[in-house]
Amino acid sequence: MLTLLQRVTQGSTMKNTDIKRLFYAHLLCVFSIILSTFVPSFFLESFSILETHLTWLCICSVSVIAVNLVLYFVVKPNVSSKRSSSSHKVARFLKCCIYFLMSCFSFHVIFVLYGAPLIELVLETFLFAVILSTFTTVPCLCLLGPNLKAWLRVFSRNGVSSIWENSLQITTIASFIGAWLGAFPIPLDWGRPWQVWPISCTLGATFGYVAGLVLSPLWIYRNRKQLTYKNN
Amino acid sequence: MRLGSGTFAACCVAIEVLGVAIFLRGFFPAPVRSSSSTEHRAELPAPEPSAGATSNWTERPSPLFSKVVIVLVDALRDDFVFGSKGVRFMPYTTHLVEEGASHSFVAEAKPPTVTMPRIKALMTGSLPGFIDIVRNLNSPVLLEDNVIGQAKAAGKRMIFYGDETWVKLFPKHFVEYDGTTSFFVSDYTEVDNNVTRHLDKVLKRGDWDVLILHYLGLDHIGHVSGPSSPLIGHKLSEMDNVLMKIHTSLLAKERDSVLPSLLVLCGDHGMSETGGHGASSAGEVNTPLILISSAFQRKPGGIRRPQRVQQTDLAATLAIGLGLPIPKDSVGSLLFPVVEGKPMREQLRFLHLNTVQLSKLLQENVPSYEKDPGFEQFKMSERLHGNWVRLYLEENRSEVLVNLGTKVIRQYLDALRTLSVSLSTQVAQYDVYSMVVGAVMVLENPARPHSKWSELELLIVFGTLGHVLSLGGSSFVEEEHQTWYFLVNTLCLALSQEICRNYFLEDDDEPPHRFPMEQGFDCAAPALQDWRGYCVPRPDRVCKRRLPSAVPGGLERWMVLASPWLILACCRLLRSLNQTGVQWAHLPDLGHWLTSSDHKAELSALAALSLLVVFVLAQRGCSPVSKGALALGLLGVYCYRVAVGNVLFPWRPDSKDISKGIIEARFVYVFVLGILFTGTKDLLKSQVLAADFKTKTVGLWEIFSGLVLLAALLSRPHNLPVLASSLLIQTVMTSFIWKPLQHSTAEITVMHYWFGQAFFYFQGNSNNIATVDISAGFVGFDAYVETPAMLLTAFATYVGPLLWACHLVHFLSSERSSSTALSHACFCYALICSVPVAVYIVLVSSLRYHLFIWSVFSPKLLYEGMHLLVTAAVCAFFTAMDRTSITTS
Repeated sequence: MLTLLQRVTQGSTMKNTDIKRLFYAHLLCVFSIILSTFVPSFFLESFSILETHLTWLCICSVSVIAVNLVLYFVVKPNVSSKRSSSSHKVARFLKCCIYFLMSCFSFHVIFVLYGAPLIELVLETFLFAVILSTFTTVPCLCLLGPNLKAWLRVFSRNGVSSIWENSLQITTIASFIGAWLGAFPIPLDWGRPWQVWPISCTLGATFGYVAGLVLSPLWIYRNRKQLTYKNN
Repeated sequence: MRLGSGTFAACCVAIEVLGVAIFLRGFFPAPVRSSSSTEHRAELPAPEPSAGATSNWTERPSPLFSKVVIVLVDALRDDFVFGSKGVRFMPYTTHLVEEGASHSFVAEAKPPTVTMPRIKALMTGSLPGFIDIVRNLNSPVLLEDNVIGQAKAAGKRMIFYGDETWVKLFPKHFVEYDGTTSFFVSDYTEVDNNVTRHLDKVLKRGDWDVLILHYLGLDHIGHVSGPSSPLIGHKLSEMDNVLMKIHTSLLAKERDSVLPSLLVLCGDHGMSETGGHGASSAGEVNTPLILISSAFQRKPGGIRRPQRVQQTDLAATLAIGLGLPIPKDSVGSLLFPVVEGKPMREQLRFLHLNTVQLSKLLQENVPSYEKDPGFEQFKMSERLHGNWVRLYLEENRSEVLVNLGTKVIRQYLDALRTLSVSLSTQVAQYDVYSMVVGAVMVLENPARPHSKWSELELLIVFGTLGHVLSLGGSSFVEEEHQTWYFLVNTLCLALSQEICRNYFLEDDDEPPHRFPMEQGFDCAAPALQDWRGYCVPRPDRVCKRRLPSAVPGGLERWMVLASPWLILACCRLLRSLNQTGVQWAHLPDLGHWLTSSDHKAELSALAALSLLVVFVLAQRGCSPVSKGALALGLLGVYCYRVAVGNVLFPWRPDSKDISKGIIEARFVYVFVLGILFTGTKDLLKSQVLAADFKTKTVGLWEIFSGLVLLAALLSRPHNLPVLASSLLIQTVMTSFIWKPLQHSTAEITVMHYWFGQAFFYFQGNSNNIATVDISAGFVGFDAYVETPAMLLTAFATYVGPLLWACHLVHFLSSERSSSTALSHACFCYALICSVPVAVYIVLVSSLRYHLFIWSVFSPKLLYEGMHLLVTAAVCAFFTAMDRTSITTS
């Protein structure tokens, strides 16, 4: 009886520290986005999100990828990394790069299928695909590795097996919803500069991602009593 | 017999159709219109009434003014001229109003207070109703009898500078014009300088009879910074200077000519306190109307309040002033002060002409016109007028004549006022009673209870709700096709995700863990499910779904995985076939490329290929006889297009003989009727003989393919790929998605509805009346025959929703053995079609005074009404099929 109680309390404290780490990691991501919005204006002249949108997209994407990689090496949320040779690691890294590129291209194709212009504005569309991949595919790659089956498992109902995967699910879906909702203002006749393709969508995706980052630790913390994972 | 839920739904839709009809009747009041067409311009004016004696004055009265200048300042509110602003910023005008030879009025504009209807009201004297727009199929040219047209016919030379709406309304009437566009609201100097720069030259030349100036700057200032902005004052002084310049120049010219000239200053509508316009607040409807001419008597000092008149009165006054017939549809009455200085006989003549015109209009629009008080007054004053003329001709020059004349004038003015009021009230009010009754009848439908729904179906309804709510925004109505393309794409992606999960996670098919977190997830994140697809099933349903279908292997598995992407690619191609909507309608599309005469060969190849695909896909379910008929019919369609000159035979690439293709089209009609007849026969056979289930399926498919053949005949050749891909998508969905994944009836119904809507827009339709393809109504006919033309046009317009609904009936009755499937589908279909209409009617009622009510919301309302009628027909078909299945079982 006593041992059981001990195990339960131990589990809950472990979970609490885990949630704390998750929260700090997410805060770091949010800060990277905020910094990428404000810092470049000190170095680049006439930098603004709307007017030099593509520059901002590149900077934001690079900084979010960098923070994700740093987090991957520092926090190491997945303990499953077995003893593997360096060549194995290099192969794994290359595979991740290929996956990232493929996801960019497939997002691009999906945007074109959704009605983005095929020939004009290719760069804009592609950078939107890149930023959406940054918000969705890169965290997946960091957390789950290039393993499609694990991805499918995480993104089907009740497939998550840790709070990290749970937060990953929430942020990814939030980014998608943000991008999806971001398309709605485009047909409105307000003539605002942010209604131009793909600004509203990229902004929507960014807001969705940030919202996911902020909300997921809170949501997990609120529901920590109900959450039990298979492997924990 | 038990009344199924499907029958109930069909009845509800029928009631809703009635409700919408009543609503439309109330929303679009029939305008007061003279039935005689505009052709008989040479008609003689009504002769002077003369009791017994013969009058020697039968020709039209001569003009009162040699030159007329109309200065129309957009959004000129009455207090800008008559109020304190006018005193401060428009000194010259104020001087003219108070002491000069002028008459000033406050003219009331009727809502919608938007420029184009107001220009129409000023020039025709009628109150434009929406039904005109429908009648003219959005043709911007003003076809009704109007002052400008009359002046053109009388050989007057007219010049126009200003808002290009005028140039669109009167494209061939002006000898010289320069239209300025009102597109850039933030520009309020250049737009007016472009008008004023012509002024000096034109005033010096003087080789014109009518000069119209329309200044937009004031309206733009109002939109940008409101009526209390300091910019308003500057603009008003600018307008004052313009008026002074014109007036002095006219006075200088007048010395050479016999007749005086007339200068009119008016506004088309006012400005609300926020600077906008379109609704009916006092600031928006009250505009100044100032007539300046040396013919008028100088008023002795003393400020009088300007008289209140209707905006429509200007047309009649201008017509009299220029010696033209009064526009036939005018409901306005002559502004009497204008003719006050004329001899008594002329005054009476003018009043008589005006009353005759109004009473004629009343006779044609009111059945019991004889009881109308205005008409009685008219008859009496005409009698008195006759007596006066007899006395006058008898050279009786006594006091009696003057007294009688004054009495007649008073009588006439009373008659005019009564007539004008009774004609205006015919149109001005929305028929609120009908609107309420209609809305209540429509609303009662969605409020009925329904059978239990799974969460999945609720998700689909959320997608529909998003669409319904978007109908409140004018841009979303204009670009509704984007909403549907977006929803259909999302649906396909969701299907793809479902398929992937079903196929790739099969291997570790352990019983799903029912985590306690599921509860929390359900409440906290419904939005997540919304994105993840409208069709994400619950885990228990996944298991249920997968069990009956054995895991398909190899090729079929890949086909299933690829099918959503195939459909997405198809949709993307179709989307670039016809650009519709408003904002992006001007972009080049494949349809224009194909229809240009340089690409006839490509169009022919594409049409032939599409017809081939249609044949291959449509013949599968038919009996051998219908197969042959279908093949011949599709060949006939191609021959028809060759005969009409749209496409070419490869062996006769440069034939020039173009006919109406009547023989070919009728040849196809024969096969359409034949196939439909065979299908109906099969259906009846299956019912009467209680024959096997297969006969019914074949019969339904034959009806479907008969409709496909008709659609192939009616749709324009570059739209044949739409038809082919519709069949292709139906086939792919049937065999690779609906059958293996075993969706529920409601889901399949909603998917059919969404695709039907998307195909409505794929073929180039929009929510604008102008995109209706009327040519479909003439296929196979020598001349215009009303009933078939209307039926064929309606079919050709709604071919997408109709074919998908028809496919739904066939699919359900061939796949689902349970007899309730059809009635359930009918219920869902009726619900999902009628909810948008119901909500839209409420929206439109509340947006009655919106700026875009005529241009955006009203056409959409007509489309919705027509769509509901089509839905009712579909539901009737469903119910009939449902009955057959009940009797069979």
